[in-house]
Amino acid sequence: MPHDHLSPSGHPYRKDNDHPLTYWQTMEIAVRELLIEKGVLTPAEVTAQIEAMDARSPANGAAVVARAWVDPDFKARLLEDASAASREMGFDIGPLHLIAVENTKEIHNLIVCTLCSCYPRNLLGLPPDWYKTRAYRSRAVREPRKILEEFGVTLSDKTKIRVHDSTADMRYIVLPARPEGTDNMDEAELAALVTRDSMIGTGLPKQP
Amino acid sequence: MSERVRVKAMMPPGHVRTPAYLRGKEGVIERALGHFRNPEQLAYGLPAEEKPLYRVRFTMAEVWGEQAECPTDTLDAEIYAHWLERL
Repeated sequence: MPHDHLSPSGHPYRKDNDHPLTYWQTMEIAVRELLIEKGVLTPAEVTAQIEAMDARSPANGAAVVARAWVDPDFKARLLEDASAASREMGFDIGPLHLIAVENTKEIHNLIVCTLCSCYPRNLLGLPPDWYKTRAYRSRAVREPRKILEEFGVTLSDKTKIRVHDSTADMRYIVLPARPEGTDNMDEAELAALVTRDSMIGTGLPKQP
Repeated sequence: MSERVRVKAMMPPGHVRTPAYLRGKEGVIERALGHFRNPEQLAYGLPAEEKPLYRVRFTMAEVWGEQAECPTDTLDAEIYAHWLERL
């Protein structure tokens, strides 16, 4: 019987994920086991990689942004080479090629990958589900202003929008503008204002 | 370096990193990104030569014509040199 009614808690029923493996899940397991059997990788290395990826979160990017807000020299290095600047802060971002794009009064940047869902995972962790949807990917390049409105971001008519379609080897992070009224805040307090969405360009930093 | 380029309008099958909506469109090179192994060959495990990669900036007017939401907004995308012709 389909569970299309509400549960006693008032939430819709959600299907258990105990369906048989898909083709690609089976393929992933087969390749992983082969790599282990052939001695290319150990199970401990696989687990360590999964843990390293899970440990990455938008907090790493937020720390980079906050440093750029308080340190003009660091900001210059970030805009010149965002991979090197992130490593300089101690983040192991692997072979990631990162470009930072700066929001100003005149320019607002928005990141999308229309071909798939390229995202700076090695710095920001896993992307939000909506980032991978066809709706976001197709609309972000065609009607970015409407998308921003739906995300609750209102910009001045004078602000130009610059969309970045991450199509090949580079990944992008938006350096949002530092909110006003934050002059007395230290780096850690500033980092707490930097949201994941503000580093994609679909949001703005929190106000103090 | 505001060199004008046009994205080739070719439609080859396979793992292509140039979005269809940009093919045939004209823009300017925003910056050169260096050389990367060609993903169109890497995807199939073929020997992949290094190709120059550029960021090309397009106006929304160029990409969407009359349908543009705001003609002066811009869009940047990374395009490999073998997809570009200089104007």
